[in-house]
Amino acid sequence: MAAMLEINGITVRYGAIEALHNVSMSVDEGDVVALIGANGAGKSTLLKAIVNQVSLQEGSISFKGEVVSTAEKHKKSVPTHLLSQRGIALVPEGRHVFADMTVEENLDMGAFLVKDPVAVAKKKEEMYDFFPILGARRKQKTRSLSGGEQQMMAIARALMSSPHLILLDEPGLGLAPLVVQDIFNKIHLINQQDKVTVFLVEQNARMALKASNKGYCLENGNIVLADSSDALLRNDKVRAAYLGE
Amino acid sequence: MLNFFQLIIIYAGIYALMAIGQNCITGNTGMLSLCHAGFFCIGSYSTAIICKVVGLPFWFSLPVAAIVSGFVGFLIGVPTLRLKGDYLCIATLGLGEIIKNIATNVNPVGMMAVPRAELFGYQFSSRNKFTFILLVWFFVLIAYLLFRQLAHSRLGRAMTAVREDEVAAQANGINVTKYKIGAFILGAAVGGTAGCFATAYTLTVQPGSYTFMVSVMVLCMVVLGGMGNLAGVILGAFIIEFISYFPQLVGLSSVIPAQASQIIYGLVLVIMMICRPQGILGRDRYRYGDGRKTRRSAAVKKEA
Repeated sequence: MAAMLEINGITVRYGAIEALHNVSMSVDEGDVVALIGANGAGKSTLLKAIVNQVSLQEGSISFKGEVVSTAEKHKKSVPTHLLSQRGIALVPEGRHVFADMTVEENLDMGAFLVKDPVAVAKKKEEMYDFFPILGARRKQKTRSLSGGEQQMMAIARALMSSPHLILLDEPGLGLAPLVVQDIFNKIHLINQQDKVTVFLVEQNARMALKASNKGYCLENGNIVLADSSDALLRNDKVRAAYLGE
Repeated sequence: MLNFFQLIIIYAGIYALMAIGQNCITGNTGMLSLCHAGFFCIGSYSTAIICKVVGLPFWFSLPVAAIVSGFVGFLIGVPTLRLKGDYLCIATLGLGEIIKNIATNVNPVGMMAVPRAELFGYQFSSRNKFTFILLVWFFVLIAYLLFRQLAHSRLGRAMTAVREDEVAAQANGINVTKYKIGAFILGAAVGGTAGCFATAYTLTVQPGSYTFMVSVMVLCMVVLGGMGNLAGVILGAFIIEFISYFPQLVGLSSVIPAQASQIIYGLVLVIMMICRPQGILGRDRYRYGDGRKTRRSAAVKKEA
């Protein structure tokens, strides 16, 4: 299958500090790909590079065969807000919900680019079926939701635009293990039922590798390991460094 | 006394227009800007120049004032967009001062004897304040209705999203830059029309009057009434205007210096921040789906 997201040798520097060094990876259509790494390894920078929140010093990123971000000066990168039109949805780290809006209004914002109101209403109902807790809380301000509920709402909001690829930045951050499990189950379903390709950035290596079929390991801005998730779970280095075994 | 009350109502109307513009920038879109005096200045000068120098009627100057101010808002919005919070505040403060200083240097004595606004042969003048009240508040009403409509439109939703969370707004396909500039243009345009009415009332333009304090006052009105709440900011305009004329109103203007009003509304703001930080009428929220009929919900109903 053709690679949906292709990252070709990207380097990102913040001043003198190199956050990513010649990173290459690919996400195939229909896959769940996990990127694991410690704090400060460059995981978030990689995600920011995909959505064009940081500029590349070298390399390029293409989505469905089209370049969306490049270090070359004469070629233009696609600005963040246009990526959702192309089928990339981002669930930002720390959720970034519209706290003063209700759940329903948040979901409406997720479908900002969808012009057909009937389609939006239908999609919302789908989301309420998929995340029953959101249906129950639809008129409630997002501020009053628990962390796990907010995370689910952030995912639902991202799904409102019917993306082909969903980028999840630390979906399990700061949540209770049971809630994390619940969220990863949902991610699995999103991938299996809705055929949405998932790219997952997570510190919780065990959870991420169990939920994915391919994994990359990022260390100090370099990809040090790339393999199927099963193989990574058995890999001695990974077990020692990330799984605490 | 009645005369004086009428004067306050006229100025409250003019400032309400300013506050509605400031509210679009600060209340709806969340940008702390401090250059509304600049837009006010541009609107005033546009009217004075069109009515006096060019010799066209007041009604022609109204859209011109709005367009010119809106354009300046665009010019200010573009370079300051990357700034947030305090930095944006300082940059806009500087730009507001630049506008004032340009006016002071180009036209130090100001302009006097600007022709009056006329409607079907009737001249609006400060001698008959009641008709002037009707004139100003008619436009406040129009601005109120327009901006209320805006807040519930797609544009308004996007602006609210930008205020709430820029990262999330972008992730959902909202062009943050575009809506920020849009808010600046709209806010500036309304500020310009306020200047237009100020000139029509006083028939003079003085470059020294568009100080930083005017911008602060307008911001105070928005904060006092409730950010994003249109009825609130109009109420805020009333209260601030009332406070600033209070010494004259009670006949103590010889005892209490004019600057004392600044102390009073500074105090009012501090008390507000402690007791009711959301403003008198509270922050308005984006209210889609709460019974208010929008095109979207109407269409869904039709389908069902």
